[in-house]
Amino acid sequence: MTRVWDAVVVGAGIVGAACARECAAVGLRTAVIDAAGVGGGATAAGMGHIVVMDDSPAQLALTRWSQQLWRELAPELPSEAEFESRGTLWVAADEEEMREVRRRQQLYASAGVPSEILDSRALAEAEPQLRRGLAGALLVQSDAVLYPPAAAAYLMREAIRMGAQMLPPQRVTALAHGRVSLDNGSQLSAGRIVNACGAGATDLLPQLPIRKRRGHLVITDRYPGFVHHQLVELGYLKSAHSIALDSVAFNVQPRQTGQLLIGSSREFGAEDATINHALLRAMIERAESYLPRIGNLQAIRAWTGFRAATPDKLPLIGPWPGDATFCLATGHEGLGITTSLATARLVAAEITGKASEIPAAPYFPARFLDASRLAPAATLYGEAVRG
Amino acid sequence: MAEPESIALTVDEIVVRVSPGTTVAAAALIAGSHTRLSIAGEPRAPLCGMGICFECRVAINGVPHQRSCQILCAPGMRVTTGRELAIR
Repeated sequence: MTRVWDAVVVGAGIVGAACARECAAVGLRTAVIDAAGVGGGATAAGMGHIVVMDDSPAQLALTRWSQQLWRELAPELPSEAEFESRGTLWVAADEEEMREVRRRQQLYASAGVPSEILDSRALAEAEPQLRRGLAGALLVQSDAVLYPPAAAAYLMREAIRMGAQMLPPQRVTALAHGRVSLDNGSQLSAGRIVNACGAGATDLLPQLPIRKRRGHLVITDRYPGFVHHQLVELGYLKSAHSIALDSVAFNVQPRQTGQLLIGSSREFGAEDATINHALLRAMIERAESYLPRIGNLQAIRAWTGFRAATPDKLPLIGPWPGDATFCLATGHEGLGITTSLATARLVAAEITGKASEIPAAPYFPARFLDASRLAPAATLYGEAVRG
Repeated sequence: MAEPESIALTVDEIVVRVSPGTTVAAAALIAGSHTRLSIAGEPRAPLCGMGICFECRVAINGVPHQRSCQILCAPGMRVTTGRELAIR
């Protein structure tokens, strides 16, 4: 006898774990399948920065809501999730960037996100390791930091406690029309299939408008008190959001252990996990240009991970017009940790047919489809979205 | 009485005299001290003695995370064990 699930979540990263927990919470018979267990992939590779971003109104709405959900959940998180309300300092190098600081402060205020403008002197007092002569910064106090693999493990434990089943690790070979085929030859039967495979989502659905965007991170030994906030250059917006070019940006995060995570890089077309030493060097030199003494610290590891990037920098959440049994939860690029909880709420609302708490349409995958070309064959919309 | 060629250094403010060629790890042992503290606060001591395990880290003259088994004692050295130090 084949068991029929209401929802089969494919992928047990932080997004899949959050989706499983939310589906179980609303009473859906939920199963989760992943080839490698909970919290691998980008969940284990990323920084764990819970951050409000405002590239578009839809991005601001999703990150702000999800950040609130994290803050509500924080008291329940186990200590190994290392949740800390560190705050982000968006560092402005010059007057042009200070104008951007003021613009953002007003925008954030209108969205109900409190922030504070620091002038040059206040910034030097807050972070004495920063180079002299910076123009100032925007402090977003409600931004936070956590350790994503531990947070994902917690979300999955909660999902299981609420009745979800974590199936034994098994690679998914195909999914379509309510059937999930596994490497061992068996099949799962599902009312809805949630594709939460991050940058791997295209392995099963090649027509998705997702490209792997490789990133590098470095972690240092423990140097408590070296910096106090997550420090990000305001120029990050320019570099992170230019879709075309490989880029680096200054982005340093103090961990609860006293270690520092040093990022960040963005690279298209690199599909293997090896280190690009030229880009790694550029990334560290960028960090040194803001924190002149960071080169005196000892790094203990460097690694890469893959963001699931979409053309408009918004995730793909919701129904997929090519298959009524699909619900996507991927394409989060660098914001999957932040937006995992809100994504899960949207997914659960979609599956149960309930109204979502924020408008869900901006994240619908259908926005990339040319409806006139959808009709006859699945291969057509592959062309339509690849551009 | 110490040998004329002995080297004096401090380990956590304890004065230690050693022969030339003595590693800082040995000086820490002579002082009766552990080396680093683990993330959970457990005291650690040299394990491999050849610079691989990183258990022997101490701060030397204010520079944290030095592998004491790979560094020889020098006159007036200040060795600090047990905690990670911020670079100032």
